[in-house]
Amino acid sequence: MKFIIAIIKPFKLDEVREALGGIGVAGMTVSEVKGFGRQKGQTEIYRGAEYSTNMLPKVKIEVAAPDDLAPKIVETIQQVASTEAIGDGKIFVLDLASAVRIRTGEAGDTAL
Amino acid sequence: MMNRKIFGGIGATLTSLAVSTAAFAQDATPTVDKGDTAWMMTSTVLVFLMILPGLALFYGGLTRSKNMLSTMTQIGAAASLAMLIWVMYGYSMAFGEGGNAFVAGFGKAFLAGVTPDSVSGTIPEYVFACFQMTFAAITVALVLGSTVERIKFSAVMVFAAVWLTIVYFPIAHMVWAPTGYFFGLGALDYAGGTVVHINAGVSALVAAIILGKRKGFPAEPMPPHSLTLTMVGTGLLWVGWFGFNAGSALSANGAASLAMINTFVATASAGLFWMLAERLAGHKGSALGFCSGVVAGLVAVTPAAGNSGPFGAIVLGAVASIICFFAVSKLKPMLGYDDALDAFGVHGIGGIVGAIGTGIVYAPSLGGPGKADFAIGTQLVIQIEAVLATVVLATVGTVIAIFIAKAVTGLRVTPEVEADGLDIGEHGERAYN
Repeated sequence: MKFIIAIIKPFKLDEVREALGGIGVAGMTVSEVKGFGRQKGQTEIYRGAEYSTNMLPKVKIEVAAPDDLAPKIVETIQQVASTEAIGDGKIFVLDLASAVRIRTGEAGDTAL
Repeated sequence: MMNRKIFGGIGATLTSLAVSTAAFAQDATPTVDKGDTAWMMTSTVLVFLMILPGLALFYGGLTRSKNMLSTMTQIGAAASLAMLIWVMYGYSMAFGEGGNAFVAGFGKAFLAGVTPDSVSGTIPEYVFACFQMTFAAITVALVLGSTVERIKFSAVMVFAAVWLTIVYFPIAHMVWAPTGYFFGLGALDYAGGTVVHINAGVSALVAAIILGKRKGFPAEPMPPHSLTLTMVGTGLLWVGWFGFNAGSALSANGAASLAMINTFVATASAGLFWMLAERLAGHKGSALGFCSGVVAGLVAVTPAAGNSGPFGAIVLGAVASIICFFAVSKLKPMLGYDDALDAFGVHGIGGIVGAIGTGIVYAPSLGGPGKADFAIGTQLVIQIEAVLATVVLATVGTVIAIFIAKAVTGLRVTPEVEADGLDIGEHGERAYN
């Protein structure tokens, strides 16, 4: 099993969710996060007081998937979330040791 | 009648009241006009709307989220205290009988002698007292804009009580009572530009300087936590201000209609000109800029509301807005004081521009309601004199009031409370859960 973490631009979330649904992803966890990478921050001005924020808002998607589906998921997210500009985000893939469905106690791939 | 035109607003009706009192022996008892009374009761609650929730939201949105409740609670509580003090002795000190040019006597303390049958001008005296009460309440609440995010709640209450007593009531008497000092000078102040805005703005600056800067100011970012609420508050202030300005005619008449149209157009002009000033300074036209401009315009048109033609008011709003923009975005950083929500930059500066500008836009050659022989130069001297006297009184009185608050309460929250926010530290609540 793989655990896929993708940091994407917030406005791409719906498109990514739809595309992942289309290739058989049954669930995901989404959080609003802030961070920085190569993309520069933005400047805010309130009554002349300038603040440059170096943390930009992003959306983090977490998906647990069987080994065979993982490459397809990574490819789909990469293609759908890309705008070909800096700040599009990153995808991380981790090995997942186990998974348990709380309701039934099922473990492994069947729990996903 | 000449007096009515020169003094405009509240003073005028008091003059006519004095005249009608003098003629009381021969004439019939002064009678209540139902139309005037209905309008003045409406105006009174409109001014109250400016405080709660108008000012509370306007100021609250500008603070950080950890100080939202503290900011709004200080405003509500200080305004409430002002109302109680007002009926105890404030009304008497400002509008009671006797006294001198600086303060009236205590004969109407606890509203002695005022009954539902008492008449002030053409409205019941209770309505007049309530209308004036809301002015006292909003003025002390305005001052708090500079001290939020670090002043103790208890200090606010002590300061409010002392400040109203030694600063607000005397100045209100001087401007609006026919025997008052500024009234005697012939200063033009339709709805309280000096009493309310210069007074509050200058007091706010003095209080902020004595209180000291917020921890981390100006290095640490302190952006407004909700400009949405600030925009809502701005709208409520603008709506409520029609009660403030048009209500200051103290009757439902042509003067009130002039104050009404000026309160529309001066404000509209100021909102747009602030955004224009931002563009010219190389920034983006902003929501906060629009809101700030709206308030600056409302402040500036307050003394001019019934003392200007609509086009004079438009120019006055624009000029005040641009000057206030520079005051908050250039002057404040240059001088380094921490007027947290720009009570001085908007109310103090805007009030001064409005007070002086009123001496200009009153001229009939500029579309104002002045008589043909009106001399701008002479009037400007009087206006500046009134401004300077207000600045001095507000400064001295605020120093005394703040030091009394400091002696009684310690004035400032601990560094821990300031870091955690005054909502938790002073009130044991959070605005957002």
